[in-house]
Amino acid sequence: MASGVKPRVKVPKKAAAGEAITIKTLISHKMESGQRKDKEGNLIPRSIINRFTCEFNGQSVVDVKMESAISTNPYFQFEATVPEAGDFVFTWYDDDGSVYDTKKSVAIG
Amino acid sequence: MDFSRRDTLGLALGAAALTVLPFRVSASSDAAIEEFTGGAAVGEGGITLTAPEIAENGNTVPIEVSAPGAVSIMVLAAGNPTPGVATFNFGPLAASQAAATRIRLAGTQDVMALAKMADGSFVKASSTVKVTIGGCGG
Repeated sequence: MASGVKPRVKVPKKAAAGEAITIKTLISHKMESGQRKDKEGNLIPRSIINRFTCEFNGQSVVDVKMESAISTNPYFQFEATVPEAGDFVFTWYDDDGSVYDTKKSVAIG
Repeated sequence: MDFSRRDTLGLALGAAALTVLPFRVSASSDAAIEEFTGGAAVGEGGITLTAPEIAENGNTVPIEVSAPGAVSIMVLAAGNPTPGVATFNFGPLAASQAAATRIRLAGTQDVMALAKMADGSFVKASSTVKVTIGGCGG
């Protein structure tokens, strides 16, 4: 497991039913591309997050397949519809099999 | 100016390398496009790719793609060692078929976005980004 991985997500706490809200996500990860070389000239093996998903009450909002050309500390911004009160679940899948997730609740009001 | 046998050979090799290299790069991105579209024709319009004209640092280039009515959007950087960047698959709760992220670019090149629409058609857009410092190590 890569060290110091910390997901950060920005979601409004309240939304009107059916409203489109903007979500911003960031996760600290070195996203080693597999192209760089160390001091001895050996290739540093690839270690990236290869998939990111966002779901609201079990329904998919976005599912992103990521390649090594995504920058260090992957950032995503997108819009989601909130039909009712519930929870957003954000999940990141690492190359090494680790899964990082975080949850945010949205109230209707 | 006289060319020796060695000079001539060197020139010929250099020229051959120059013609082969760009072809190899575009071939790998063509393969990625082929895999995404399944060989279907790709149209224009209906998709927007926003990228800076000049990126000082190829390690983090902010880009934004938007294609109303798309099922999925694939972003490609043909000039990178591996052309694939990301594929966004939008679910039923996506309020707009748009996303923004930050990508790595190895050098000045065209960034391309391909969208698969709900009716099964494909559209693309591309944008040239000048990169001052490449972002793929080395």
